[in-house]
Amino acid sequence: MNPFQFTRVSTPKAAIAAVTKESGTYFLAGGTNLIDLVKREVIIPERLVDINKLPLATIEKTATGIRIGAMAKNSAVADHELVKKHFPLLSMALNAGASAQLRNMATVGGNMMQRTRCSYFYDTSMPCNKRGPVQSGPDKGQPNGPTGCRAIGGSNRMHAIFGASGKCIAVHPSDMCIALAALDATVNISGPKGDRSVPFSEFHRLPGDMPQKDNTLAPGELIMSVDVPTNAFSEHSYYLKVRDRASYAFALVSVGVGISMKGKTIQDIRLAMGGVAHKPWRLKEAEQFLKGKEATEANFKQAAKLTMTGAKGYGENDFKLTLAPNSIVEALQVATKTA
Amino acid sequence: MKNETKNPAIDRIDGRMKVTGGAKYFADFDLPDLAYCVIVGSEIARGTLTNIDTKKALSAPGVLGVFTHLNMPPIPGWDAPAGGQADGPPPKPATEETYRILSGPKILFDGQPIALVVANTYERATYAASLVNAKYSKQTARTSLEKHIDKQVTPKGGDYSRGKAYAYQSAPVKLEADYKIPIEVHNPMELHGITAHWTGDKQLMIYAKTQGVNATQQAMAQAFKIDPKNIRVHTEFMGGGFGMGLRTWPQETAVVAIAKKIGRPVKLVINRSQMFTMVGHRPYTVQTIQMGADNHGRLVAINHAATAETASYEDFTEATVNMTRFMYECPNVSTRYRLVRLDRSVPIWMRGPGEATGAFALESAMDEMAHKLSMDPIEFRLRNYTETDPEHNLPYSSKHLKEAYERGADAIGWKDRKNEPGSLKEDNWLVGYGMSTGVFNAFRWEASARAILHADGSLVIQSAVTDIGPGTGTALTMIAHNVLGVPFDRIKVEYGDTSHPKAPSQGGSAIVSAVGSAVFDACTKIKNELFELAVKANGPLAGAQTADLVLTEGAISIEKGLDKKVAVGKLMESSQLSKIEKDADLKGSPDLQKYSMYSFSVHFVKVKVNSLTGAVRVTKAVSVADSGRIISPKTAASQMIGGVTGGIGMALTEEAVIDHRFGRFINNNLADYHVAVHADVPAIETIFIDKPDPVINPMGAKGMGEIALIGFAGAVANAVFNATGQRIRELPITPDKVMQREV
Repeated sequence: MNPFQFTRVSTPKAAIAAVTKESGTYFLAGGTNLIDLVKREVIIPERLVDINKLPLATIEKTATGIRIGAMAKNSAVADHELVKKHFPLLSMALNAGASAQLRNMATVGGNMMQRTRCSYFYDTSMPCNKRGPVQSGPDKGQPNGPTGCRAIGGSNRMHAIFGASGKCIAVHPSDMCIALAALDATVNISGPKGDRSVPFSEFHRLPGDMPQKDNTLAPGELIMSVDVPTNAFSEHSYYLKVRDRASYAFALVSVGVGISMKGKTIQDIRLAMGGVAHKPWRLKEAEQFLKGKEATEANFKQAAKLTMTGAKGYGENDFKLTLAPNSIVEALQVATKTA
Repeated sequence: MKNETKNPAIDRIDGRMKVTGGAKYFADFDLPDLAYCVIVGSEIARGTLTNIDTKKALSAPGVLGVFTHLNMPPIPGWDAPAGGQADGPPPKPATEETYRILSGPKILFDGQPIALVVANTYERATYAASLVNAKYSKQTARTSLEKHIDKQVTPKGGDYSRGKAYAYQSAPVKLEADYKIPIEVHNPMELHGITAHWTGDKQLMIYAKTQGVNATQQAMAQAFKIDPKNIRVHTEFMGGGFGMGLRTWPQETAVVAIAKKIGRPVKLVINRSQMFTMVGHRPYTVQTIQMGADNHGRLVAINHAATAETASYEDFTEATVNMTRFMYECPNVSTRYRLVRLDRSVPIWMRGPGEATGAFALESAMDEMAHKLSMDPIEFRLRNYTETDPEHNLPYSSKHLKEAYERGADAIGWKDRKNEPGSLKEDNWLVGYGMSTGVFNAFRWEASARAILHADGSLVIQSAVTDIGPGTGTALTMIAHNVLGVPFDRIKVEYGDTSHPKAPSQGGSAIVSAVGSAVFDACTKIKNELFELAVKANGPLAGAQTADLVLTEGAISIEKGLDKKVAVGKLMESSQLSKIEKDADLKGSPDLQKYSMYSFSVHFVKVKVNSLTGAVRVTKAVSVADSGRIISPKTAASQMIGGVTGGIGMALTEEAVIDHRFGRFINNNLADYHVAVHADVPAIETIFIDKPDPVINPMGAKGMGEIALIGFAGAVANAVFNATGQRIRELPITPDKVMQREV
C-alpha cells in the first residue's frame, strides 16, 4: 500500500470541497471495497476523505415512499421495518450480498460505488482498460498496469452478456442496485455545482470507450440519499441469486422481481437482472409483455425469451445465455407463488 | 487398556483456549527486534528476470534489507544431497529444471519469489516490496495439462496389473468414462509462514506453521549444517494445515538464512494470494476408468488411469489410483499413473490426498455401472465386497464396511431413494440420493512420548507432535486416562515442540495410532512400575502377582480380591518417589505386515437440484467411519464434520483457475476461490462403527482424518445424477454444469 493522506470531515460540504480540490481523492465510507482496491494497488489514492461522520444514515418515510441516507449501513436497511414490509425486494437483495460482517460495514452509497470483481481488473500485472490512470505518486497519470481487455478471450465466466464493449466486458457486482433499479429509485446527489437527482437506472453506465467510468457522477459529487417510491409489490417480490456457492459469492445471474397481482393476472411488474451487464439490467420489454397477462409458465418463458435480444456470450460465460432466461422463469414462478 | 468398551465424549482440552485467544499460533510470538519479511513474487510463469531494481525499496523507511538472487545469503546444505520430499529441499531431480529459491534469474512458475524484503514493520516491508521493479524476458508458459498431456512421464512406483489385460474388452457390460479434478488449494484460515530467531551462532529457535516440528528441525539442520539438537521448533497450534505444512518450503529456509544475515529475528507471513503458489495445492488430475461387469453385477475388470500435473522442477506423486486395486473383488485390474511437468509451483498432499481424487472417479464409475445394471448402488458394492485385500492377498486387520453401509443407508433414508433418476421432487426442486465409499491406509508409524506421573496424582504427557486441529491432545488425554485412571482434568498434554520426545508429522491419519501407542506404552510402563512397587517384599500388596493387579480410580487392587487396595499417591510417597517418568519409543512390528490395515468410510448425501438455475444444495449428509475404536468421540465427530465440509467444497465449489495465456491464477483470494460456507453445509450426521481393530495398536484405533473426505465428492455427484439424470464428471459441480435449457 502506498502512503496517502487521510482526512475526516463532518459536513457534506466539506467532503465535496475536499474531493473536488485535488484529483486522486476518494470518499471513504464503509471501505469494504475501496480498502481492498488500495491494498491491491488497483487504486493508488492521493487522499481518502472519511465521510463516516456525515449525518446521512437516516431511513425515513416520505410522502412518496422512503428515503434512505447514503451512509445507512446495508444491514440497517435490510433489517428496517419499513423496508421489510413495503420493499421486501430491497431487503432480500441486500441480504443476498456479501457476508453479515461486510453488510454491517458497507453503506448504501458505497454499495452503488462498488467496482467490478473482474480478476483482470484486480491484478495490476494483467492488461485492463478499466483501472485507468494512476492517481498519485511519480507515475500519476500513467496507466495503472498494461491496458487492453484480457477478459475477452480469457476467464470470463462471470462476465457480461449485455451492453459490453470491445474495451470491457466486466459486470457491476451489486445486488442492492438490482433491486433499486427494478423499484424505480432515484439517486439524490450533491456536488460542487449544487444538487441534482438522477433516476437509478441512469446512475450507472455501460463501458463503451470509457470503461474506467462506472457511473455518471461528476468529480466531487457525493451521493446523499436514495428515494424509493411506494409500490404494490410487497406480496410478490423475490430476489433470485444464482451463484457458485450458497452465500458470499457474486452472482452468475440474479433476478429482482416485484409484482402486483389480481387473482392470477399480473397487474404491474418490475424486473431487473444482475451479473449480466456493466450496470443493473432493467427488463422493460418483459415487463411490458407480462403486464395484464396471466402468471403462467408459458408466459414467463416467452417473457424470458424477449429479454435475451442482443445477448452475447464471450466463451466461458456462454452458459448465461441459458441461465439468464431460466432464472427469470424461476424468479417469476417463485414471486407469483409467494402470496 | 479397556478397548472393549467405548470411550466417553469429553470436551476438547484446548477448546476454551482456542476460542478465547489463549492459544498462541506461530505468528503470535513476538520477539525483541523482530523484523518482518515480505515476498515479491514473479508476475510471469516462465522466463528470465532480466533486471531487478531494488534501489527505491532499499531507501524506503524502515527497510533492513532486500534480497534477490544477486545477494541472497548462501544456504550451505542445499548443495549437499538432500533427504526426501518432506525433510528438505527437492532432491537433485530427474526433472528438467532445478529450483532453489533466489538462486538465479530463471522463472519457473507464477509467483516464484524474486525478492524478499525485510523491514522493521510489516507495513513498511509491504510498501517497500511494492517498490521493487522487475523486468522479465518472457517465455510461453506451459500451464495447461491437456495441452501438454503428450509429454507425460512415468514416475517411480510403476503400473499395476493383475489378471488378464484385455478382460475389459470382453466384459458383458462396459463403461468407459473420463473424470476431472481441478486445482484445489488448502486455504486454511491461518496464513503460512515462519519466525526464525538465531539465539547463537549455531543456535536456532523457530516458530513455524508446520505439521511436523521434527521435520522442520531436520530440514533446517540439513540446510544450515548444524546439529538438530541446536534447533528448537515450536508449533503448538495450527489454524488448519490440510497437508500444506507437510514439508519445509523454500521461503522458510530463505527466511532463516536472512535472519542470520541481518542478525535479527525475522517473521514471514505470506499473503492469501501467495497461498496459491508457495505452499502447494491438490494437483489438477484427469482420469479414465474402464469398468466391466457381468450381467449379475459382478465386476470383471477395472482399468484406472490418472494423469496429474506437477512442476517442471519436481515430481510430486500421490496414490490416486491405488484404491482401485483393492477396494472391490475383481479379477482383472490395472492402474496407471502419469505426470505432466508444467510451469507451475509444485503440488502437495491435500486432505484425503490422491485417494480423494481417485475415489471421485472410482466411486462415480461404480454408480454409473450400477445404473447400467439397473441395480441399487449399495447392492452393487455388496456383490463385489471383499473380505481379503485382493492386491496384497492379505486379510484386513478389521473391516466392518457392510455394517457401515447399513447404518448409513438407514440414517439417510435410503429406502426413499428411487433407482430411476429424476423421480423425486420437493417444492419444485429435484431430489436425489447418492453414496460412495472411502478408504485410506491405517498406519502405525514410529513415534515416541513421555509420561510423568506426580505423587500428587497429576500426569504430564509430552510429545513433539503438533495438533493441527483434529484434537490430538484430547485423544492422548483419553489414552493416558484409560491406562492410568488419572482424571481428565489432572492430565496435561505438552506438545508441538522439539524439546519433547520425537514424533512424526501430523498427516496421513496416523497420529492417534502412532503417538497414541507411544503414550499408551509410556503410561503402561508407569503402571507396571507402580505394580512392582505394590508387590515388592515390604509393599502394601506383597505376595500378589502383578498380573492380577488392576488400577482403577487412582488405586491399585487385586483384581479378584478388592478388600486390599493402595492409593497410587500413597504408594509413591511410601516409596519416596515424587514422580515416575517413563519414555516410550515405539517401533513398527512385524505382526503388522501380516495384515492389510485400512480405515473405511461411507458417505451418504441427499441433494436438491434446481434444474432451471442448476443450483445444487446438499440437504443432508451422513458419514459413517469404520476406523476402529474411537478414542475421542467428540473431536472425532468434529473431524468428520470438517472432512464433509471440505468434501462439499470439493464437490460443489472449489476450483483454482489459471489463465493459461499468462500462466497465472485469476481467483487467488477467498472471495473468488470458493470454500464451502455455512450456507452450503447442512446438518451432518456422523456415525462411528466404533469396533476395535485387533491388530494395529493396543487401543484398537485406526485413523480417520482422510476418510472423512475421501469419496464424499463422488457421493454428491451420484446424488446429482439420481436427482437429474445428469452425470457430472468434472468437479466442481457448479450451476452452469447442471442447469438444463428450458427457455
